[in-house]
Amino acid sequence: MAKMMDRASGSGNPVSPEYLEQQRLWEAASAKGKPRTGPGSGATDRTLSDVPLKTVYGPEDIQHMDLARDQAMPGQFPYTRGIHPNGYRDRLWTMRQFAGFGSAKQTNERYHFLLSQGQMGLSVAFDMPTLMGYDSDAPQARGEVGKCGVAIDTLADMETLFEGIDMGAITTSMTINGPACIAVAQYIAAAEKKGIPRAKLGGTIQADILKEYIAQKEWIFPPRPHMRVIVDMIEFCTAQMPKWNTISVSGYHIREAGSTAAQELAFTLADGFAYVEACMKHGMDVDSFAPRLSYFFNSHVDFFEEIAKFRAARRIYARHMRDKYGAKDPKSWQLRFHTQTAGCSATAQQPENNIVRVAYEAMAAVLGGTQSLHTNSMDEVLALPSEKSVEIALRTQQVLAFETNVTNVVDPLGGSYYVEALTDEMERQAEAYFAQIEEYGGVVEAIEAGFFQKEIAEASYRYQRSVESKDRVIVGVNHFTREENIDDLELLRITEETAREQSSRVAEIRATRDSAAVAATLARLKVACGDPKDNLMPHLIDCVNAYCTEGEIVEAMVSVYGRYIERSVF
Amino acid sequence: MADRPLRVVVAKAGLDGHDRGAKVIARALRDAGMEVIYTGLFQTPEQIVQTAIQEDADGIGLSILSGAHMTLFPLIVEQLKAQGADDIVFFGGGTIPPDDVVALKAAGVKAIFTPGAPLQDIIDFVNAECGKKART
Repeated sequence: MAKMMDRASGSGNPVSPEYLEQQRLWEAASAKGKPRTGPGSGATDRTLSDVPLKTVYGPEDIQHMDLARDQAMPGQFPYTRGIHPNGYRDRLWTMRQFAGFGSAKQTNERYHFLLSQGQMGLSVAFDMPTLMGYDSDAPQARGEVGKCGVAIDTLADMETLFEGIDMGAITTSMTINGPACIAVAQYIAAAEKKGIPRAKLGGTIQADILKEYIAQKEWIFPPRPHMRVIVDMIEFCTAQMPKWNTISVSGYHIREAGSTAAQELAFTLADGFAYVEACMKHGMDVDSFAPRLSYFFNSHVDFFEEIAKFRAARRIYARHMRDKYGAKDPKSWQLRFHTQTAGCSATAQQPENNIVRVAYEAMAAVLGGTQSLHTNSMDEVLALPSEKSVEIALRTQQVLAFETNVTNVVDPLGGSYYVEALTDEMERQAEAYFAQIEEYGGVVEAIEAGFFQKEIAEASYRYQRSVESKDRVIVGVNHFTREENIDDLELLRITEETAREQSSRVAEIRATRDSAAVAATLARLKVACGDPKDNLMPHLIDCVNAYCTEGEIVEAMVSVYGRYIERSVF
Repeated sequence: MADRPLRVVVAKAGLDGHDRGAKVIARALRDAGMEVIYTGLFQTPEQIVQTAIQEDADGIGLSILSGAHMTLFPLIVEQLKAQGADDIVFFGGGTIPPDDVVALKAAGVKAIFTPGAPLQDIIDFVNAECGKKART
């Protein structure tokens, strides 16, 4: 009993002379070992992100750790071990599969299927023209309508998308950034037409424009005016939509663009802090809006590195929110996040292997304490997922949740010498990046200087080289390859028919709506864009209710804000 | 070998912002001794062909991961013909299903590299095919 007390206080490290002798013997034995050779042997001493690794970790690696300061219990500051005292015992994560393709009607059918199969929330994927602020009949939309997601031009499409779905009962995540404010306006308008007040709407809008400049590249306006648009949206949603997550600060795309785990962690949190600072600068009290901020991470295939990343993320966030930004409400300190398995870890070769990768990645996300999860489908590297592969991906989560029992103990890897040491290392690397960003003068300035873009391009190239040299093995790609017959997979295809139908639909709406209302609401929106004291959201809701198209609304805003042009680096 | 470095335009077209692959290829071709012009994002087929002509490029490599490949690749082939520049070797890559690879090759795209293609294969291809063009 006394010994246990000693351990719990962190003061009596149980390192006896006997143990030191064992360590010494191990070192001698270890030195005689012969490292394996051949494919994959070039990366046995580091993580996927090139963090150097020891062969084994021990108490000496966590000696500096103060249990109360660095770990605490689940549900306690700094939340290293999770934000809920009972973890998944009280509530499982939300299984949320991202879906959208073709027309609103086609996607609506997929949503009904997913909900009937036990999915707990919806997640809207929009097509490229919608994400970039172009209507389906714009010349820029050639070949892209309905391909990567669903095409939403006007309120009419949003109404179709949620036909037969109780918008007051489900939660919806919408992955859109540049025109996020328009999508929220359409969602509110669609719900209110069904008699559901905005205050009852639950869900998440991604709206993270900073990572667009950094990684995903779906921007519209330049960073500075766009920050104002986001602050307006956060302010509006905070006041009027208490169940709405006002932003989903996303590392997913940063990782997909080729970053390391530490870069994903650091750049994402830096973006999050930039929004916090912008809202505070606008005069908002940090505790008024911070509890509704949410995060979105990637789960890659390096199992322990990912778990360490999630644990570090919570700890860094809590510390900064409390100590740097002065938040008093524990809800403001808690980092809540969604996770998606790494699309970039999937291979076109032997695509069934992706099911296995996804299962490991999903387990890492759960051991890291995610609040919701999307598991990728095995065929997403080739095309939009088929219904069968989507079902396997969802079943993967259900097996994890109900069969493996990993959910029964909170933060089961807490206290692992390795995981704790790696968690510390993640935090250390993130803090070093924060210092570098600070030197540029902030996130926007670092974007303008191309800092993030260059860091990511470097990491991505280094990784690709390690695959080329077979220092790293990707099964089925550079080792264990075989002749392929991908034709056996049934792929989902979007025809140009969708583009034609969608173009005529938007043309019909333009011909039948009240054109005076369109002109008037757009004119008022432009005035508001030029007036930083006016909140844009009510004007945007007026525009969508008048059936202005997304493209028209974006053009009105571009006429005030301009369009962003990137300085490309490679 | 040609008496000057090969010149290759690495291009992104349409609204597709996935530039990881394009940048890795650009860097790999540059490291292999070629002169690489990266167009940046959101170019039209017309702009890409104009860039290639103005830069006196030997090849154009187009990267598409958005699913718009069956529209954008043929538009570039068409533009190259219209501008009398179809001696420029046109190749590309991205998430492109096997059936579409066959169709695009039949339409005049010299090679399509799908995810997992070794960089060295791409470098070898460009050296061989664009090398032929540079020598003529």
